[in-house]
Amino acid sequence: MSASGLHLNKVTIRFGGLTAVSEVSATVPPGELAGLIGPNGAGKTTVFNLITGVYTPTEGTIEFGGRAVTGLRPFEITARGIARTFQNIRLFGSLSVFDNVRVAFHLHLRQGPGQSLFRSPAFHREEHDLAERTRELLDIFKLDRVRNEPARSLPYGDQRRLEIVRALATQPELLLLDEPAAGMNPAEKVELMKLIQFIQDRYKLAILLVEHDMKVVMGICQRIHVLEYGRKIAEGTPAEVRENPAVIAAYLGYEPGNEPAR
Amino acid sequence: MPSWLNRSQLVLVAALLAAGLAQFFSNHLDSYVLSVAMGVGINIILASSLNLINGFTGQFSLGHAGFMAVGAYTSAVLTGKLASQLNPLFGGQVHLLFPFALVVGGLVAAIAGGLVGAPSLRLKGDYLAIVTLGFGEIIKVIFQNVDYVGGAKGLNAIPDYSDLFWVFGTTSITVYTVWALLNSTYGRGFLAVADDEISAEAMGLNTTRYKMVAFVVGAFFAGVAGGLFAHLNNSINPSGFDFNKSIEIVVMVILGGMGRHTGVVLAAILLTVLTELLRRFGDYRMVIYSLLLIVLMLTRPQGLFIWPLGNTWWASLKSRWPFGTSARHPNP
Repeated sequence: MSASGLHLNKVTIRFGGLTAVSEVSATVPPGELAGLIGPNGAGKTTVFNLITGVYTPTEGTIEFGGRAVTGLRPFEITARGIARTFQNIRLFGSLSVFDNVRVAFHLHLRQGPGQSLFRSPAFHREEHDLAERTRELLDIFKLDRVRNEPARSLPYGDQRRLEIVRALATQPELLLLDEPAAGMNPAEKVELMKLIQFIQDRYKLAILLVEHDMKVVMGICQRIHVLEYGRKIAEGTPAEVRENPAVIAAYLGYEPGNEPAR
Repeated sequence: MPSWLNRSQLVLVAALLAAGLAQFFSNHLDSYVLSVAMGVGINIILASSLNLINGFTGQFSLGHAGFMAVGAYTSAVLTGKLASQLNPLFGGQVHLLFPFALVVGGLVAAIAGGLVGAPSLRLKGDYLAIVTLGFGEIIKVIFQNVDYVGGAKGLNAIPDYSDLFWVFGTTSITVYTVWALLNSTYGRGFLAVADDEISAEAMGLNTTRYKMVAFVVGAFFAGVAGGLFAHLNNSINPSGFDFNKSIEIVVMVILGGMGRHTGVVLAAILLTVLTELLRRFGDYRMVIYSLLLIVLMLTRPQGLFIWPLGNTWWASLKSRWPFGTSARHPNP
């Protein structure tokens, strides 16, 4: 097992009597574009919330970059290099597009409340520098023309894109995308696939993608992990996963008399 | 980069000079007008510091009068009962003792803010409001029962050290502080925390620390305002810092538009002057005041001074205004 990358070791979480995720192990090596799929309620988003520290696993450990991240708070995990987007877009709605991205440089700030008050030349240089980097990011992702709009007034597709850009501003090594294609039409989905590949190419990130749309997942992922009822039932390349009987059964149902014991 | 940012500090210095100048010519002013003017300044401090907590950071606090009381009592004790011990320290100079007392009052209030905030900032919305409300009442009852500070009678014969310079100097510093804190990349974090705590955490912001900073800074200025208030009115008693006082400040913040810097300052001015103007109606004063509030809240729930961006003279004025573009967009 290599030291870097993301490792889930037999991660389990129970909410009262409900085991939402059970003994899931997975590895996402640096630079890999991985997919996490499964039917509704399989626990995909819960896995995301476990990785990002929203929930703490009941059992098992999570490692990133060779260090345990289990039990850290979300902002500490982001500081370790894991950024995410949300299934139900969570932008800072009243802030401008520009500020949404700018605020995400937070981890790399040298200023604090004191410097905001005293406004030394170093403070101004940093502000200037951050504005520059924000503009550059917005430019790359074609959000520059709406940079002064409040985030909540953007069209849906732009909001999705802005969420990804905002996550990139934290300068992650691993980007978690929670159903980025949800609610998109086929043309937008093609755009999104290009966008994700572009990001991986340009920033040399590992990306873990939760997605329902099989075209998107099969089209771009190098490796796919499949969940069903909180358990991992398969892992492999898109071609392997497509042929896997357990996966087919999970999505389409079992032939009578052929159910595996669960 | 020689930008408008540096200009902001110049504006602060100019405001301080103006406050000094105003004090210099203040003996030409009617003492009633003078005390109303200082009341306006104190309310601006209270409202903009509460706005940092309630508006910008989105943590609904109802305990501002409590922090004000802590500052008022602390500074009044320092300039009163302890003055004889402290005076040698400052060579008997009142204009050194007074600011010292104000700052210490603010610091004690800030500590109180930290103590209340640490456990209660995990709570959200109504729950936080209830806890801070409880804190305000506890503070009131404590002062009512401590004989050293006069119990329910409160403290009297507090020296009248508050003048235009101290009040408006402090007002300028408060307005500048809130503005400067917000207008930086660090400060945008307060707004982010207010908008969505979960996603602020996910972007690497320590939301607990942000809320604490807002709470402690807000409490500090409430404490300073309390000190100014005590040395303006010459007497304080616990019931002056009750729930109603907190609500009065909350109303200024809501009327000015939660998280709108200039709007809240204007609302503080408007409401203070309004209560004075309504005095001529005697017993009907509070009735008229309440009716006005109801009408205002019904007609302008988003805040008195908020217009959709870019539609009015106000927007165009605002775009050239060095203060108060809080970067928060009004609801569509």
